Amino acid sequence: MTVKVLFFAGLREALGTGSESLALPGGVATVGGLRDLLAARGEPWSALATTKNLRVALNQQMVGLDAPLKGGDEVAFFPPVTGG
Amino acid sequence: MTVSVQEADFDAGTEIAALSAGRDDVGAVASFVGLVRADKAAGASAGTDAVQAMTLEHYPGMTEKALQEIVTEAQGRWELQGVRVIHRVGRLLPGERIVFVAVASSHRGDAFAACEFIMDYLKTRAPFWKKEETPAGGRWVDARESDDSAAGRWATN
Repeated sequence: MTVKVLFFAGLREALGTGSESLALPGGVATVGGLRDLLAARGEPWSALATTKNLRVALNQQMVGLDAPLKGGDEVAFFPPVTGG
Repeated sequence: MTVSVQEADFDAGTEIAALSAGRDDVGAVASFVGLVRADKAAGASAGTDAVQAMTLEHYPGMTEKALQEIVTEAQGRWELQGVRVIHRVGRLLPGERIVFVAVASSHRGDAFAACEFIMDYLKTRAPFWKKEETPAGGRWVDARESDDSAAGRWATN
């Protein structure tokens, strides 16, 4: 299955990209699994594993790392929000 | 229109007036305006981290949904007759307006409480991020624990 992955703010800058489309290998079934897959690419992607209090949104709703994935999902990783 | 995410400035007076225009059942409108503050460090480093400008990044699509969900939550908790939320994005200078929340209700208690609730939830749940420009360079603003505790006090058990 293929998912769209987005990155925002300091994480986007650290990774040097704001989005990518990714075909997931079998066995990656949750947003946490996707995070681990990306972080395993090495620098600078390990920022996904080291960002303090990393937040995840699945189809534009905040979720925990155990949220299940399906084809066509939009997954966003970002640091804690600082608006207002 | 309840929620707006925009680069343009807003006029608080116009927005407040619109909440009670043409109706006679509104007894109270509570509002909040957030501004860009030029933080200045004390002591030896004074001046090097003064905020010269900030850029607001957001997650288009999710931002509007998150704000609307916060408004809907407030409408479920208090008797509200109208709500208006405006959050600016893009580059802003010290003194400029960033955010506006106004709540109309029959009585001030609900209006005050809902206005504060919406701001507290906005600060911890709406996908905005601030990057400050200082003489020493750019820096992303860190989330503050005090914002989490401010939002946490509204938790219902």
